[in-house]
Amino acid sequence: MQDAERIAAQAVEHHRREPSQLLQILIETQDGIGHLPPASLTRIADLLDLPRSRVEGVAGFYSFLHMEPVGRYRILFSDNIIDRMLGSRGLMESLCRLLEVAPGEVSADGAVSVDTTSCTGMGDQGPAILVNGLAVTRLDEARVERIASLVRAGTPLADWPADYLHVDDNIRRRGALLGEDFVPGAALQAAMARGRQGWLEEVRISGLRGRGGAGFTTAVKWMACRDAPGADKVVVCNADEGEPGTFKDRVLLASQAERIFEGMTLAAWATGARQGLLYLRGEYRYLLKHLRAVLALRRAAGLLGARILGEGGFDFDIDIHLGAGAYVCGEETALLESLEGKRGTPRIRPPFPVTHGYLGRPTVVNNVETLAKTTLIAVQGGAAFAATGTPQSTGTKLLSISGDCAYPGVYEYPFGVTIEHVLEDCGAHDPQVVQVGGASGVTIAGHEFHRRIAFEDVPTAGAFMVFDGRRDPFEMARNFVHFFAHESCGFCTPCRVGTALLKGYMDKLASGKGAKMDLADIEWLDRLLKNASHCGLGSSAPNPVIDTLIKFRPAYERRLVSLDFKPAFDLDAALETARRMTGRDDPAAHLDWREEV
Amino acid sequence: MSDSIGMPRVRVATTSLAGCFGCHMSFLDMDERLLELAKVVEFDRSPLTDIKHCGPCDIGLIEGGVCNAENVHVLREFRRNCKTLVAVGACAINGGLPAQRNHLDLGDCLQQVYVKRDGIEEGGVPDDPELPLLLDRVHPIHEVVRVDYFIPGCPPSGDAIWKFLTDLIGGRTPRLAHPLLRFD
Repeated sequence: MQDAERIAAQAVEHHRREPSQLLQILIETQDGIGHLPPASLTRIADLLDLPRSRVEGVAGFYSFLHMEPVGRYRILFSDNIIDRMLGSRGLMESLCRLLEVAPGEVSADGAVSVDTTSCTGMGDQGPAILVNGLAVTRLDEARVERIASLVRAGTPLADWPADYLHVDDNIRRRGALLGEDFVPGAALQAAMARGRQGWLEEVRISGLRGRGGAGFTTAVKWMACRDAPGADKVVVCNADEGEPGTFKDRVLLASQAERIFEGMTLAAWATGARQGLLYLRGEYRYLLKHLRAVLALRRAAGLLGARILGEGGFDFDIDIHLGAGAYVCGEETALLESLEGKRGTPRIRPPFPVTHGYLGRPTVVNNVETLAKTTLIAVQGGAAFAATGTPQSTGTKLLSISGDCAYPGVYEYPFGVTIEHVLEDCGAHDPQVVQVGGASGVTIAGHEFHRRIAFEDVPTAGAFMVFDGRRDPFEMARNFVHFFAHESCGFCTPCRVGTALLKGYMDKLASGKGAKMDLADIEWLDRLLKNASHCGLGSSAPNPVIDTLIKFRPAYERRLVSLDFKPAFDLDAALETARRMTGRDDPAAHLDWREEV
Repeated sequence: MSDSIGMPRVRVATTSLAGCFGCHMSFLDMDERLLELAKVVEFDRSPLTDIKHCGPCDIGLIEGGVCNAENVHVLREFRRNCKTLVAVGACAINGGLPAQRNHLDLGDCLQQVYVKRDGIEEGGVPDDPELPLLLDRVHPIHEVVRVDYFIPGCPPSGDAIWKFLTDLIGGRTPRLAHPLLRFD
């Protein structure tokens, strides 16, 4: 236990006793101990002069932080519908059987625990798992057997076969961003030559809109931050790519890190920010070393730090913060809370981050892809950027394509591309449903495949999941509903309770106990979630249900028994204990389901 | 409420399942308005009339959750006969106090009460067929039948019940606003 306190104290010192670093301190402490025992939390609270409840509140919020011991090997199966379609459930059963451990529990010898987690962003190379936070891809029975023996032998993760821990980029179609070579510093030089105002003007001309889903005009955001009172402005890169089915930011972080960091520096040039933060989702932790190396290279090249490219007064540097498994932190204000070392509870807007962001300072929060795109604008000019795409959606969009298609991976298209065009390119032979924009996105049925990817028609942050005729749209929606119920931050009642109730109804239907009344209740819950939730997580949680109920209603109706109402549980079975205790079996000791009304 | 001579009176049935009759007491708290109500309402099965079985009704008011087989039969009888079924009070809506046993195993409970308890010499779980068997868990009524409306409160006040019923009978969607809408 003294050891735990020592490790905790080291982590606190390492982060300069800074309370806003609490999440990073907890992650580091857990890395050293394996979990977060009570003594470590007490020590951290003492040293940071925070209430212990605040520290425990943060530790309890993030699903990758554990206050109870977990296995020395902690194996988490990505539980997105795409991983399931690739067989993740069967593989998880196999692994549990081989390791003699029940899902969700720690093996008797403390060696291993196996559980599920939300989408890990490996839809193009699943089924995927995380082993002690690192991604292992393309699982099959052979890999599962090998992993079981590696775990049993206690082989350190560093000595596992390198190809197990290899993550492919799978870039299938290159456009303006992925197709062109990039010389680090070139975009900065071009933007600095235009001056701060001239550079912002180019961004305005480009029409660039945020690639994280909401599509807010980047130049407007930057100008608002620049003009906000307060000298200590901040640029935040949102790399908390948690939307199920999306992984294009992962590929950008792996292959275009220079562009991303240069984009952040370009934002700093426009706004006058001196501090940059990149929030990396915990699932992408394997990229941390690479990203830090790129940052070091850029510092050495004078592209970060004091007097960037020799320009007096242009000082800017970037830190990387790790997330710890919370989807809601992708919402920009929850992300800011998390960056400040708090629970990822979304803030009430306004005020918006551009005036009151990180630690109350004016803050620009941009998506990874948005920032990378700004380097194109700097080099080619805003007009050239706006020449592709559609009037309201300029430039290109990266799509993360997965599911029932021959060539899953990342595709870069000019905005305005039709869904059927994309389906043909990715080799989807019998597409029935496309889920665009992830679990919170839009369900597209066959008769809509002529629609276009653009803010004017089908907007998306980049997920594009393909389902063929073998798949059941109801099961897709149910998987997403489970996801939202798990990821609800618990702050507001409509979302915390509403997602749990919706999950209960979907499970009731799945177990063959649905009735017409349930569909009416589901539709009522959908409206309640949409209208009463505190943030976008709750209001978009019913989207897959709303869309599939409209477009695939028979998938629900065929699960209904032809009753007005049907209990979710077996009433007669509920009397079994009492029957046994009393030894009775007379007619009054039974409840006939045929009498249900 | 207007006098409605010549109009068919609204038939109302009430019952208490796994409840404490507190909601019925609250019903009586409508006081002199009961006379007003009696002009437009006729009671069917209810502790107020001692009618044992329910006939076709307009409104059924259910107090209490579902803890045993008899509750299930009574609830089904109400659902079959009532056009509009209303869950009245915390126990009907959430299981309430009786549902506190839900985190205990029913077998352990019966053992503890009828067999192992201090002072019991020849214990045994009562097995008379007259006694309804207990369900393993206590359920809110909407988990057993379809329910149309809910009046929260433990108990809901006489004012809340009056407001709800006059809305319903008057053809208005019942609406309990603050301070009538409360859960304690």
